[in-house]
Amino acid sequence: MIMAKPKPIEEIINEIKDFNKVLIAGCDGCVTVCEAGGSKEVQVLASALRLFFTKESKRIEIDETSLTRQCDKDYLRELLDKIDNYDAVVSLACGAGVQFMAEMYRNKPIFPGVDTCFIGVTEERGVWTERCQACGQCILARTGGICPIARCSKRMLNGPCGGSEKGKCEVSPETDCGWHLIYERLKELGQLDYFSKPADPKDWVSSRDGGPRKIVREDVRL
Amino acid sequence: MRLRYPSNLKIIRVPCSGRVAIIHLLKALEEGADGVMVAGCLEGDCHYQAGNLRARKRVNYVREILEKIGMEVDRVAMYNVSAGDGPKFADIAREMTEKVKELGPSPIKDAKKLASKKSKVEVAA
Amino acid sequence: MNTITPSKLEKILAEGHFAVTSECGPPRGANGEVVEEKANLIKDHVDAINVTDNQTSVVRLCSLASCIRIKQMGLEPVLQMVTRDRNRIGIQSDILGAASFGINNILCLTGDHQHFGDHPQAVNVFDLDSTQLIQTVKLMRDEGKLLGGFEMKERPKMFIGAAANPFADPFEIRVARLSKKVAAGCQFIQTQCIYNMEKFKLWMQQVRDQGLHEKVAIFAGLTPMKNVGMAKYMKNRVPGIDVPDYIVERLAAVPKEKQADEGIKICVEQIQELKEEEGIRGFHIMAIEWEEKVPEIVEMAGLYPRPKINEN
Repeated sequence: MIMAKPKPIEEIINEIKDFNKVLIAGCDGCVTVCEAGGSKEVQVLASALRLFFTKESKRIEIDETSLTRQCDKDYLRELLDKIDNYDAVVSLACGAGVQFMAEMYRNKPIFPGVDTCFIGVTEERGVWTERCQACGQCILARTGGICPIARCSKRMLNGPCGGSEKGKCEVSPETDCGWHLIYERLKELGQLDYFSKPADPKDWVSSRDGGPRKIVREDVRL
Repeated sequence: MRLRYPSNLKIIRVPCSGRVAIIHLLKALEEGADGVMVAGCLEGDCHYQAGNLRARKRVNYVREILEKIGMEVDRVAMYNVSAGDGPKFADIAREMTEKVKELGPSPIKDAKKLASKKSKVEVAA
Repeated sequence: MNTITPSKLEKILAEGHFAVTSECGPPRGANGEVVEEKANLIKDHVDAINVTDNQTSVVRLCSLASCIRIKQMGLEPVLQMVTRDRNRIGIQSDILGAASFGINNILCLTGDHQHFGDHPQAVNVFDLDSTQLIQTVKLMRDEGKLLGGFEMKERPKMFIGAAANPFADPFEIRVARLSKKVAAGCQFIQTQCIYNMEKFKLWMQQVRDQGLHEKVAIFAGLTPMKNVGMAKYMKNRVPGIDVPDYIVERLAAVPKEKQADEGIKICVEQIQELKEEEGIRGFHIMAIEWEEKVPEIVEMAGLYPRPKINEN
């Protein structure tokens, strides 16, 4: 899932301080799972903001809502009737949700309420880690199901580098060396052949920097 | 035992301090409470294993929020007290009340221009 | 042994001599003369001079410009190139630029993570890694092609090198990694600085077991210790470097003013010992900010004078 973390409240206060009516809009998708932007977090943020502005004797009305998914127009439309009651929206969805809302409600400032971080997993409650950088051309079949692009700090395709030590990354002793993990797993699977052959330069066309990426599938289009 | 504790407390019973969520603490402040204390069982004595430890984390989180929005963090506090220890409960209730009195009325209440001047402390126990 | 490039380094190896290389780190400023001064200190005692490419991710005068200066002094540079800062467009462009100045040696590296340097906020590139850089240079040289497929009229004639760390854990991966670089087209290897001779020899044994020593010229990397403080720092702080206790103890056992001499002595002893190690074809002496000591080490190790090579 997409993992995010709450933005510092000072930052949000600074964005909305000059408005009169602000809607805090959560998303019941990924950001709910990582406890950064679901309805619970909306309540907490809204309450804290009300406390702050009340204390400062500023009259700002802060309302709360949460949508099933902000990356989906059908759900974003639920705000059609009420959006005009507000001067601005703080969206606690991931960066995609914030943008999609901004696209739909062009005359409203939409502010992000979370920092969107990565595609990852819940290791345990309160601990989330990255697994995928969405390069658009999955190579996991050849790397023992462990992605060197997401897991190696130099995204090497022929690792490990000379800096790994005792299975840890040179950048931080708290980070596992992705290539060490790959090697161990390939060994377990009897697939060390994959390790011994140099991987050719990767075609990054499907990855970052080509403008927004797009998938069109005629088989599922209406 | 007929123990005296400050009469300005409003006690809210919960089955376990682990039931207290962040939003409950914030709401109490929003409603004008001058302070909120969570009285959980002694650490290690939670019937549900870690309810009181979670409560402490949430209290700490709320204190962080208060600091960031410029409110006195001591308006929210966590205490651990055994369910059978009435005198200790009375002690911490007095201690919390004193602490909050020193801080003065909540700026929220001031701002809301609430008529009542009486200090009110809500307790979740 | 046939040579395939005009590289002097390649010729020296082909004639069966031990090769000697050293390195100089460019300054953190625009004064290119610093490079020339450093090169002058060592020019008669080494066959080629590596120039580091923003080592430890600290911005320095660029490796390519420094190599050009060295080349223009009539000396033999080894262009170190990391894949951290440039994508395949920049990398291939720099290789062509280097070749246009007659630079014929390249050392292909991935590079330290920017986290260690003076610009930890920078984005890294890593479009290629070191192994893929080797493949790229080989493709350009042997097939006259760029990665994009364009066929060049004039090919860069590079003698291709890479680094190897025989010490990084897990040990068993290290020879496999070397083998990958050799398969990619690497012709010479300069190792991480060696202090743990037992472990290094164990690595060499595995290299020989796989016959890699016949496919690639291995240069033993050596860095003389200036004092016991440096030994401790290298032992505890530098990732991937293995300094055994006996080295630290040996330096600590002599008075402070004699520690530098002891460090040089250790280095010379290592060279003499490694000359006997089958598969060692050269020595890469990295005297960090201590270039003036290189001639002394080379002479004491019996590697002086350097062979004269007919440029044609």
